[in-house]
Amino acid sequence: MSDYRDTDTGAVPDAPPTVDAGAVPDAAPAVDTAPALPPSDDGVRLDLTTVNEWHRVSPKYVMVEIVGTVIFLVIVCAVAGFLWLALDQTWAAVVGGALALITLVSLAFEPRRVRSIGYQLRADDLLFRRGIMYQRFVSVPYGRMQLVDITRGPVARWLGLADLKFVTAAAASAVSIPGLAEVDAEALRDRLVELAESRRAGL
Amino acid sequence: MNTLADGDWHRLHPASPLLRGGIFVFAVLGFVIANLRERVTEFFFRIPREPGDPLDEIYQRGAVGWALLAVAVILIVILVAFTLSWRMHTFRVGEESVEVRSGILFRSHRQARLDRIQGVNIVRPLIPRLFGAAKLEVSVAGQDANVQLAYLGSALADGLRRDILRLASGARQPRAATPTDADQNPTLDAGTEPLIGSDAAAGTDAMHGYGPATAPATLAGPVDARRSVLGDFANARVGEFLAPELDPDAAPPESVVRIPVLRLIGSIICSGFTLFVIVAVGVLVTSVLSGSTGWLLIALFPGLVASVGYYFSRITKSLRYSIAGTPDGVRVGFGLLTTSNETLPPGRIHAVGVSQPVLWRPFGWWQISINKAGHSTNDGAAGQAATTILPVGSAADVEKVLALVLPGFSGPEQSALIDRGLRSRGGADGFTNAPRRAAWLRPFSWRRTGYAISGGVAVLRRGVLARDLVFVPLARLQSVAIHQGPIRRRLRLATARLHTVTGPVTASVGVIGVDEAERLFESIAAGAIESAVSDTSHHWNRTVEVTP
Repeated sequence: MSDYRDTDTGAVPDAPPTVDAGAVPDAAPAVDTAPALPPSDDGVRLDLTTVNEWHRVSPKYVMVEIVGTVIFLVIVCAVAGFLWLALDQTWAAVVGGALALITLVSLAFEPRRVRSIGYQLRADDLLFRRGIMYQRFVSVPYGRMQLVDITRGPVARWLGLADLKFVTAAAASAVSIPGLAEVDAEALRDRLVELAESRRAGL
Repeated sequence: MNTLADGDWHRLHPASPLLRGGIFVFAVLGFVIANLRERVTEFFFRIPREPGDPLDEIYQRGAVGWALLAVAVILIVILVAFTLSWRMHTFRVGEESVEVRSGILFRSHRQARLDRIQGVNIVRPLIPRLFGAAKLEVSVAGQDANVQLAYLGSALADGLRRDILRLASGARQPRAATPTDADQNPTLDAGTEPLIGSDAAAGTDAMHGYGPATAPATLAGPVDARRSVLGDFANARVGEFLAPELDPDAAPPESVVRIPVLRLIGSIICSGFTLFVIVAVGVLVTSVLSGSTGWLLIALFPGLVASVGYYFSRITKSLRYSIAGTPDGVRVGFGLLTTSNETLPPGRIHAVGVSQPVLWRPFGWWQISINKAGHSTNDGAAGQAATTILPVGSAADVEKVLALVLPGFSGPEQSALIDRGLRSRGGADGFTNAPRRAAWLRPFSWRRTGYAISGGVAVLRRGVLARDLVFVPLARLQSVAIHQGPIRRRLRLATARLHTVTGPVTASVGVIGVDEAERLFESIAAGAIESAVSDTSHHWNRTVEVTP
């Protein structure tokens, strides 16, 4: 959790940088922050070489993920404990313990996972990436937008964050950018709607 | 007035409520007959019967009057309800949209934009077909988002489909000129109740295929005239029933693909279901031979009998199958007793999958399914989803159908690509295939797992035993993604997915080299944008009008 130089939310909260990123796709990236993660020792990671700067989500989003994971952990422990102590089911303790261990380990990776979420607005499409162990890159042309959703969970609202979901006619597109500052989310939404209008395509 | 697409409100076929409630009517009739069967057999065959059926009961209790009254009231209520529901059910086809208003207590008004039409389907179930009626369904994208006109006169439904497609295509000039429309419209629109006006003017006569003949004859005509009218009616019905499924001048014959009956039967027999039936028969025979108790017989035998019915219905449903290219898109028709034919305008097909089950390999048969945004409520051929547009065909048929469903994808290069996509064993054949290390994940099919981009269409190939070839027109692509998990990372591989609207075809390349995946991602993302800009298929004929 040391380097957050590439998070835009902290740097310029009042002027969302998303607007000009789409307008000047050819501008050379000032800081090539795309490989935010060290390359792994074996194998080759997916990475797009031609891209500009990735916009990262707010580091505060880690909190949302941690709270969600902790709640899940508590429920697992409660159910397993109940089955084990009240109903005398020993297997429940083993399964519950394993689940809790996995969840705890994944909790340790949470900051890295949140840092891996990134998006950028190119000339004609929205690029989205997430995941470290399971990486995923998606490109959605603006013209395919059906609607943009902004949702706020209770924890996210407390932290002033919002999730933005870009919906196309394909369910599998699943472009959901979590942990944006609320102003950024709204600016991004307006920008996306505007871009989609200018590049309207049929279904 | 020979068109219904004139922007006025029209009514459906007068028998529509009866035809729509067809099963209910038959259930009531069946119930009555079942209760009075002895009386019926006595009446027809003079077989004496046991007393005590419902009619005897009524007579003995002296409730004949009440019973007649009840029957009369029920009949009147049904008649009033049917008439009301018919009167309240109106539709309108204008320049921009098609609208339907229906319902007596709960009114509904549905409107679909013509440039959003995903398909127009005409279905003729057996019984309405006998009465010369047809159901017209306009599908637009979305769940339960179809506009259904059930029922219309058969010829009128055909005409209406032609008009809807003409309006939707963006061609402003009617292909067959109807100058009277323009004159009639203002007067009818001026009236406060255009519905009544148009109805009174046109009457049921013009609106419903058989109206003009029967109505005057039954009222005033002499017996001779009536008989000839009835004869004409019967002749018209028989002619319609035996007419070729596809209007000969609707499509150039060289674009028509049909399925020989033997191949159809063969393809249905060589399906996974047959394997199941064979296993069931085997189990049955061994159990009988080994002299075990009869419970297996009881459990399996009805299923076997039912499977005969299943084969029969699948075969009758896909008899007379034809797929043809018309100026307004691909037309798929099928059915022996209940017929269905659907027109998919250009640019409504989001992905095309050509596949070959293992059992079909010796025969060289292929199947084609598509992803589309609009979903008809009716089943497709052979009881399959309406997304199977070629239930079975040879490689030549596949090429013909692909030329119809992917209009821009034709030429020597593309044709060679299709051929290699279907039959090649892999290697340097125009496809970018997976590297050798992919054999860890695809031990048999890695040579054939690959993709190619040509003519604005992405072609994905996979499978070596059961072969698959997927085409995605980039103008319809929703998004593209590449994935990588830990195993693929170690092997320097990735997965690529092309996202289209939901359907039976999934467009994905399971294994692909990392560098290649990144190249695929960039070129497909760029291609999707480029194709969408030049795509004009939402008004597929408008360009013709603009250019001169």
